[in-house]
Amino acid sequence: MAYTEEIPLVRPVVLDEVRQTHMPRKPLVENNRSFHWITEKICRIVEEKTPNWWWVCFLVAGFVASFTGVGLFYLVSTGVGVWGLRGPVYWGWAIVNFVFWIGIGHAGTLISAILCLLKQKWRTSINRTAEAMTIFAVMCAGIFPLFHVGRIWFAWWLFPLPNAQGVWPNFRSPLEWDVFAVSTYFMVSLLFWYMGMLPDLATLRDRAKKTWRKYFYGVLAMGWRGSCRHWANYEMAYLLLAGLSTPLVLSVHTIVSFDFAVANLPGWHTTIFPPYFVAGAIFSGFGMVLTLILPLRSIYGLHDLITQYHIDNMCKITLATGSMVGYGYAMEFFISWYGANPYEGFAFINRAFGPYWWAYLIMISCNVISPQLFWFRWIRENTALVWIVSIFVNIGMWFERFVIIVTSLANEYIPANWDYFTPTVVDIFTFIGTFGFFSFMFLLFIRFLPLMAMAEIKHVIPQADPHMHHEGPSHGNHHEPERTL
Amino acid sequence: MRALHMGTITNRNVLFNFERPPNRNMSKTYGLIATFGNTHSLYQAAEEICEAGFRHWDVYSPFPVHGLEGAMGLPRSKVPTFTLIGGVTGFITGMLIAWYMGEFDFPLVVGGKPYFSPIFPFPVAYEMTILLASFGAFFGMFITNRLPRHHHPVMDFKKWPGITDDQFLILLEARDEKFDLDETRKFLETLKSLEVVELKE
Repeated sequence: MAYTEEIPLVRPVVLDEVRQTHMPRKPLVENNRSFHWITEKICRIVEEKTPNWWWVCFLVAGFVASFTGVGLFYLVSTGVGVWGLRGPVYWGWAIVNFVFWIGIGHAGTLISAILCLLKQKWRTSINRTAEAMTIFAVMCAGIFPLFHVGRIWFAWWLFPLPNAQGVWPNFRSPLEWDVFAVSTYFMVSLLFWYMGMLPDLATLRDRAKKTWRKYFYGVLAMGWRGSCRHWANYEMAYLLLAGLSTPLVLSVHTIVSFDFAVANLPGWHTTIFPPYFVAGAIFSGFGMVLTLILPLRSIYGLHDLITQYHIDNMCKITLATGSMVGYGYAMEFFISWYGANPYEGFAFINRAFGPYWWAYLIMISCNVISPQLFWFRWIRENTALVWIVSIFVNIGMWFERFVIIVTSLANEYIPANWDYFTPTVVDIFTFIGTFGFFSFMFLLFIRFLPLMAMAEIKHVIPQADPHMHHEGPSHGNHHEPERTL
Repeated sequence: MRALHMGTITNRNVLFNFERPPNRNMSKTYGLIATFGNTHSLYQAAEEICEAGFRHWDVYSPFPVHGLEGAMGLPRSKVPTFTLIGGVTGFITGMLIAWYMGEFDFPLVVGGKPYFSPIFPFPVAYEMTILLASFGAFFGMFITNRLPRHHHPVMDFKKWPGITDDQFLILLEARDEKFDLDETRKFLETLKSLEVVELKE
């Protein structure tokens, strides 16, 4: 220090003292709401009289879901040919839809598991909805490979179960890995979702007035009583499930991408597929989370629980993963040129400028360009615009899978085999029907189960901290834990 | 022993603690309940009860209060043991089925690849590890918590529904050797509790 004083023109490089900057954290629940307010707000959603809009949506969803039912009935009674699967595109919409729906699910697990490990407390307002979305999306996804086997009554041969032929599944095949990945994913997501719901089901049980509600929530709550001894085990199990779901969610879409990457087809046979598929999955899933959460927020007036901070964060994750996906597209193109493989080169030129140029254009504009709007704060703060962009993300990610699967298959090595793939009416209606099924399940979920993790939200508000003195809600935000930079 | 409590009652409604008929056996004290309005006083009370050396007692709260298990002096949860057993079993099962089915029971050449290698069944073993480890964590939570148990005497407390909403309570059970109805009540009243109530069985 004496040195710098001798030469006054030279300013010390380091500050004399480190001045701490206090940046108050954004409140996770606005207006300093009490525990009881949170309970009332969320429980009323399931306790109130069924709203009319719910019935309308429910009936429409049920009607649309019946398209899938009829489509699948027709497929089983006729044959898989009704799906427009013919040479060279033997994997048509069925696999596109499967990958699309599985990808949607990934945001739910990211929010519930990865953000839990990263201690992102804002996840508590949206994790329940996102996990429900995961489970219903995996159900929709499962329909397609299940019925793609053609003779659905033999679908159990997918699992290593003893059968009359004495033949076992082929474990060298990525498709068999997929069976394990997807069924594990469904099972673990379901356990995680249900276990997280136990304390909230207990709250609903204790508030129930009608007999059937007391039995329904009583049985589901498993006698949860909020004992501290129980919480200790519960939190440990929750953390472990989060820790297990994290490698799981990364592995599921990796294994889905192996279905393609292990094949020798140009456009598929690439090592970038696993990370790029996982980023795409999380991207599409966040698109769907925004699509679902924003209407719920305005219908039920959940603005204090799902704040602008939450929407900002979701938009930023969408932006980040959307940019990763864009990088993936660019890198694929670069490698196909740099790798100097004429077949690879053709596959990518054909993707962008070949007969499916329109699909490629939709994919690029929805997945790469539209999320870039989230750089602007005024767009993130305009709920309607965010919702519209989230719809674009959903559309774009469906087209991504269409582009990857169909363009590579339709124009493969032997030009004599080439064909232009068009889906059939059954394809289209079966797919549209899955949206009905998804909405049907989701509407049942918001009607009968706690939409938000009440116990977790209560845990993250300032009043929950035992080391703060709190005299009442009037003291406002100055009890906020502060972050030191 | 408390599990027997459920079996002795014929009215099935009692399982979920509603419209409960007057219990004919209301004489025995199950314990003392102290209620609290915030986590701060709850935490301090838990620390003092732990220091006083009680063993059969518990804290009930609508959400996990941060650090409370430490204040109560609880040991580390046993759930990870279940998870570890599940995970190891899953990995071994995954590898074993691939070896048994592909090499031992029905060797079949597919694409000139070996009948068994630890590489290709790895995704299967990996997923099985996660699946069974998750079962371990999930069922381990239920086993260590001795759940499901649809009724517990603490749910007879008249203000019980508040405990899954916004209230906090501490229950000191009468079976604790340090428990003395009058002495313990006085002790609990010093702990900034809102009220101290005797819980009958």
